[in-house]
Amino acid sequence: MDITAESVVFLILSALTLGSGLLVVTSRNLFHAALYLMLSLFGVAGLFALLTAPFLAFVQVTVYIGAIAILIIFAIMLTPQVTRTNARNTQWVGAVVVAVVFFAVMVSVLTPLMDDLGADDWSADFSEEDPDDVPGTSLADLGEQLVDPDYYMLPFEVASVLLMAALIGAALMVSPAIADDPETETGDDESGG
Amino acid sequence: MVPLWMYLLVAAGLFSIGLYGVLSRRNAVAILMSIELMLNAVNINLVAFWRYNSPGDLNGQVFALFVFVVAAAEAAVGLALIITIYRRHKSVIVEDVDLLKW
Repeated sequence: MDITAESVVFLILSALTLGSGLLVVTSRNLFHAALYLMLSLFGVAGLFALLTAPFLAFVQVTVYIGAIAILIIFAIMLTPQVTRTNARNTQWVGAVVVAVVFFAVMVSVLTPLMDDLGADDWSADFSEEDPDDVPGTSLADLGEQLVDPDYYMLPFEVASVLLMAALIGAALMVSPAIADDPETETGDDESGG
Repeated sequence: MVPLWMYLLVAAGLFSIGLYGVLSRRNAVAILMSIELMLNAVNINLVAFWRYNSPGDLNGQVFALFVFVVAAAEAAVGLALIITIYRRHKSVIVEDVDLLKW
């Protein structure tokens, strides 16, 4: 097996993604878990870049790290139970078993297919000359196909409707008008936070 | 190139980690973070299959983009729900919010 620069980068990014992913689900301090989540998402962005999908890597950094992770950190700060109650629950042994069994099933599916999926194909590096190594599509094609009625215009519009519904729903749920509604009040004064 | 099955293995590992987190964490925000990990594992799979099997078209990338959209909507609505639950019950521990359990 000939180790190329690409495979070294891949192994580093995979270790970063999986290692910080493991810390997300095990660290007791929830704020640390959110920071490890950002690190893990950076690793996934690197994997996207390695898969020659630079636009997805860019969207991963802006949407996931820039928006979703920050939103999660805001939620952690608004719900001050960070370190005190972040322990795992009583069924964590079962959770370990389920996760390990799932991973074993995945590996047992992948192992017979290793030859088809290029198991020993580590040697060749990316090259500009090899047509297999250069995707036949560009970012401009992606933009055109997203608004092309023959391709993805309908799902694109549905996605925008979904985002609008999520925006309105989230704003409505956390609005003080709903929280202070006397008909939905549970009795004790909860409008302090 | 890095073989495709290595990408699939990494994605399976990331998904399993997220699955463990969803089942074992007590804090609802931590459960949401684990779901984000699982969605990212799915995205790695989509992009890897696109890259190795059909780099000539854009199906895999577009699918991954829609997963981004759904993940953003899910995070926004989920965190709004968690904040609303915190206002009512003064807790984001999922075991404290078992009103629908009988």
